Formats: sequence, C-alpha cells, structure tokens
Amino acid sequence: MEETTRRGAFKLMGATLGAAAFARALAPITEWTDDLSMDELLQRHYKELTRSDMTAILGRLEAQTLAEYGAVVSIGDPRPIPDVQFGYALNLSACIGCRRCAEACHKENNHDRATGNSWIRVLEIDKGTVDLAFSTAAYEHNVPANGKYYMPVQCHQCDNAPCVKVCPVEATWKETDGIVVVDYNWCIGCRYCEAACPYHARRFNWTKPEVPAAEVNPDQAYLGNRIRPQGVIDKCHFCLHRTRKGKLPACLEACPTGSRVFGNLLDPTSEIRWVLENKRVYVLKEDLGTQPRFFYFFNA
Amino acid sequence: MRAPSFSHVQSYPAFLWRSVGVATDGGWPFYAWMTALTAVFLVGVNAWAHQMGGGMGTTGMSDHVSWGLYIANFAFTVGLAAGAVMMVIPAYVYKDSRMQDVVIIGEILAIAAIVMALAFVNVDIGRPDRIWHMMPPFGRFNWPVSMLTWDVVVLSGYLLINLHITGYLLYKRFLGQPPSKRWYLPFVFLSIVWAVSIHTVTAFLFSGLGGRPFWNTALLAPRFLVSAFVSGPAFIILAMQIIRRLGGVKFSMDPMWTLVRILRVTVLINLFLVLSEVFTEFYTGGSHTASAQYLYFGLHGQDALVPWIWTAVVFNLTGAVLLLANQSQRRLWLIDLACVLVFVGIWIEKGMGLVVPGFIPSTLHEIVEYVPNELEWRVVAGIWALGMMIFTLGIKIAIAVLTDRMHLDEAPLTPEEA
Repeated sequence: MEETTRRGAFKLMGATLGAAAFARALAPITEWTDDLSMDELLQRHYKELTRSDMTAILGRLEAQTLAEYGAVVSIGDPRPIPDVQFGYALNLSACIGCRRCAEACHKENNHDRATGNSWIRVLEIDKGTVDLAFSTAAYEHNVPANGKYYMPVQCHQCDNAPCVKVCPVEATWKETDGIVVVDYNWCIGCRYCEAACPYHARRFNWTKPEVPAAEVNPDQAYLGNRIRPQGVIDKCHFCLHRTRKGKLPACLEACPTGSRVFGNLLDPTSEIRWVLENKRVYVLKEDLGTQPRFFYFFNA
Repeated sequence: MRAPSFSHVQSYPAFLWRSVGVATDGGWPFYAWMTALTAVFLVGVNAWAHQMGGGMGTTGMSDHVSWGLYIANFAFTVGLAAGAVMMVIPAYVYKDSRMQDVVIIGEILAIAAIVMALAFVNVDIGRPDRIWHMMPPFGRFNWPVSMLTWDVVVLSGYLLINLHITGYLLYKRFLGQPPSKRWYLPFVFLSIVWAVSIHTVTAFLFSGLGGRPFWNTALLAPRFLVSAFVSGPAFIILAMQIIRRLGGVKFSMDPMWTLVRILRVTVLINLFLVLSEVFTEFYTGGSHTASAQYLYFGLHGQDALVPWIWTAVVFNLTGAVLLLANQSQRRLWLIDLACVLVFVGIWIEKGMGLVVPGFIPSTLHEIVEYVPNELEWRVVAGIWALGMMIFTLGIKIAIAVLTDRMHLDEAPLTPEEA
C-alpha cells in the first residue's frame, strides 16, 4: 500500500513537472499571440460580412496599421465594376528587362522591404526559345543584353485557376471582374495554392512585413495592397485599389517602354482588344488549361 | 468483492482511469524511455513556439521551395498509418487467428501515425489560429474541389475508425465480455478501404497539380501505397520483437513472419515502380526531366538532394537483397537490418525525395535549393517523439488488457463504494 502511494506521489510530481516544462517550452509563442485580437480571431469570411461588419474591420485594420507601423492609411473595399472584365497584355518585343515594373509593384503594394519582394518576376530568356529552362531571373548586368529577350511574369488571373481550386478554406477566389483575390484574414497559410500555381505568382509572408512609416502607401484595399499579416499568402491583384477606380496598374505606369497594355476585355474600343485582335498573342503554359487573363505578344 | 457492474456510466470511466494508471506504471527502462521522449517532445514544442513567434521565415523554406521537411514527414507518416492494414487484411480477410491476436499493434501504430501526420500539417501552416476555418459549419470547407479537404476528411475518419476498433475491443475485454461482431467487424473492413483512401488522397494532393511535372504522374498513388506497405510492415516487424522482449508478453511469431513474406514482395514492387518512373523521366528527357535530374544527379551545380536519394536507393536495394537472400528464419538480425534500411529508405524516397524536387526547378525554372534547418529538425523530432509516446502507451494498455492484468473486477473501489 505504501508502495502505491509513493508511486502515486511520484507520478503526480512527474505530471506537474511535465506541465510546467510544457508551459515554459511554449512561452516564445507569445511574441506572435500578443499581436492577435479576439475580433480578428473570430472574423468571418469576406463573403459573409455585412457592410457594417466591413466598416468596423477596415477601421480596426487602419488603427492596427497606425499602431504597428506608425502610418496613417485609408483602407477601402472597392468592389468589381459591372460589365468590366480586366485583361492584361505585355509586348515581348518592347520589354527591355529593366525591372521597373517589379520595383513599382514593390512600393505600390507595401511589400516587405527586407526581402525586396515583388509580385512580378522578370525572366531573361535566350532568343530563339520559349522554353523557360533557358531563362534566368537572376541577371545583374545592363539591359537589354545581346541575344536575350525579357518576360515579366505576374499573376495571370486564370479563368481556370489551380490556386482557387486547391484552397481548402475558400480564402482565395475569382471576382466577377476576373481578378483572383485573397482574404488575408481568412487564409490559414497552408501554401497549397503556392504549390499549385504554375506561374510562381504567389508569395507567402514568411515574417511580419517590414515597411518604414514614410514608405507605406496609404491608399489601400482590403483584398489588395494593405500590409499583409504574418503567415498568409498574397498575390498580384491587378492593383484593384486603382483599377476599380478607373486608374491603371502601378506596373504599367512605371514601364518606360510602353510594353504593357491593360483594359476592359468587354470594351470593343479598348487598346487591349485591339492587341488581342491584331497581334501575335499567346499565353504562358497554355497546355495546362489554366486560361490566363495575361497575354504575351510580339510586334508585327 | 463487488458484483460486476454492467453500467457503462461507471465502467467506462473506470476503464479510462485504469488505462491512465497502467500507462504510467513501469520499470526504470520504461520511465527512462518516456522521460527521453518527453524531453525531445518539449524541445519540439519549444522550436515550434519560436517558429510561430518569429514567423515561418525561421525555417529553411522559401517562396521557391514552399514545402519542406514537415510535408515530407507528413507524406511518410500517412503511409505508416496506411501500412498497418497489412496486418488487418491477413487477420480478418484471410482469418489468420494468430494475426488477430496481435493485429492491435497495427491499429495502435495507425493511431500514432495519424496523430503525427496531423501534427506535421499543423506545424506547417502559418495560421494555426485559423484552423477552425476548415470546420463546417463555422468555416468554409472547399469540399469536394480541394484535395486538402479530402485529406482532412479521410485522415480524421481513419483516426476515429481505429480509435473505435481498438477502444471497443479493449473495453469489452476489460469488462470480461465477448465483443459483438457487428460493433467492430464492419469497422474493420471499412478501415481496410479507408487505409487505401488516406494514402491515395495524399498522393492525389500532389499528383493533381499540373504545374509540377515531377508530381503530376499517375504512378504516384500506386507508389505511395506500395511504399506504405514497405514502411508499415518494416516498423511492425521491429516493434513486435521489442514488445515481445520488453513487454513481458509471449505471442506467436508467425504473424511477424507473415509480415516478412509480405515485405519481400512489396519491397520489390516498390523498386519496380521507382524504376518505371526513373525510366520514363530519363528516357523521355526534355525540360520535364529537370526535377529528376536535380534529384539524382544535380542540376547546374546544385545537388543538395543527391546524397539523400542515393542513400535511399542503396538502402532499398540492400534491404531487398537481404530480405530475399535470407529465406530461413535463423538469421533474424539480417531481416531486422533490412527493415531498418527500407524504413529509412522509404522515409527519404517518399519524404524529401518526393516533396522537394517538385519545387526544384521552380515553375519559372529557377533553381533555389532547400536544406531543412535546425529548427525544423527539432520540430520534426518532437513530433516523432510524440508519436512514439502514443504508440508506447497504447501498446502498454493493450498488453495489460489482453493479458487480463487490467480487468474491471480488479478495479479499485471508488470512494463512494468504499
């Protein structure tokens, strides 16, 4: 009997020690949990939010940006414009690979400064092939280089998007104007979409993004360029905070060669329609059946 | 003495309470083993807490290789769980009564392996606080389109089925009653189909992605299953010998030799499937071969996975030779060695050797390498320690019940009864 009580006391001591050690081991997590609020934790999916829910959320996010980044920003929730289907085309004969589009994207969309992240990746490809095996994104010389041509790649806003299909929680979907968006407050960070995307269009927030207050772009959108939380996916959204208000994407405005053509595919007088009807146009990896909204073309 | 009570309200808590008692009783080797596992588990918990605090950037993963050691171990442990079915089929389909006596080892392994698999997914996601987004009706479950939702369904289903079967059989034995067939046999047969489904779905998760040619092969699901039927039996063969030696319980070794015979076949089919894949990749050539080229020989001077995969090739080949060359039952140590080799070989082949090359080169043909860092290894070790703890405790309880050392009639009286 004494043996049993001793053993019981021994077990109890072990359990107490174990629990204490467990709590101690888990302690570093507070660095992350301290940033979490109950409102954020219980927030519902974008499509289930009422207008007043959204107003409250946008206010909370603005306050959070001020507190964490010291920047006064205005976060809106611009909706798709009826009878607009966005499309983008890029002239491979004109692009010189200067990467100003990638840089403009970096600033416009409040990307992490430490990593110099951008949603656009510019490939330098050997002339005479369209096989990306003969390309590199890591060129560091004057452009354009002899015997090379340049191909900026960003989200193709596919009509049959593999990323949307694979998302387990519907955190990413295609809007009625053709833009594939992410609810950064719903994404669980599994990165299945990043594995599924054939165009390397998605980026994960491996750390909490760093942006100095003075560099924060204050014109933000909930589904667009607001500063993303740690641990979620983001992607190019055709600058919906601009384009849904009649402006052009930042990457287009930054392009010095006029290689980029953006517009409404439903408007027969638009420049994008003229390009699609008159140029030699193709889409990247057409064989995968993703049906991109992003087209490449050559002069002549 | 009191009369045996048939009220489950009293006897089920007694069963659970006695299980806790049995699971925490043992000699010093048991306490040493459990203390060591707990220590490793806590190291893993601590590493994960650091990962959440600092962000996933504390791992070696990147936007180019966005899944790594965690998902590699996930794929492998799902296979380990499915591999347990190689005991269930002989036991119930072929009615091998000796296998029936020990089949619970496989079922407990399935439980431990599924818990590990679920843990590996959970440490891989950036926002575990939002896991409820997957749970209907509060969340938005993208079923049936997303294969990941299928995986959630089949993995949790498999866990529940195995918990039910083992729990029911042990509880009935604890009560001293014969189990009622209709309460477990349908579930046993369901578990066979379900075991195949968990690994098929896990393979589909990868093979359904058109943008990743290395994974986009119809051979992936068959390969996953066959390699599961290598790693599962290999683990159980070793575990059975250890249980027999340390568990103080004598059971027939025939089931173990049945597993060895199964292993002799599956190890060969696995090699054949790997060969088919390798032939198709390299004979065809072209850009789609780039990942296989990277894996086996390195690409443009980058070759981090080459030592891994050749270790797997050598281990799997040596294991196969040892298994086939030793048809007698005398040199058991050679069989054991073969089991260790093929277990590690499959862990590499289906883990790092499958997940990482899918990302290298990237979809834009960039070559960015991935090497798991120390933090990831600590988290992985922690989860394996957790799995081994669950397996050890499960086996301990099962032995106590099945040898009638833990029985309702011997249950200590509750204070009210005393």
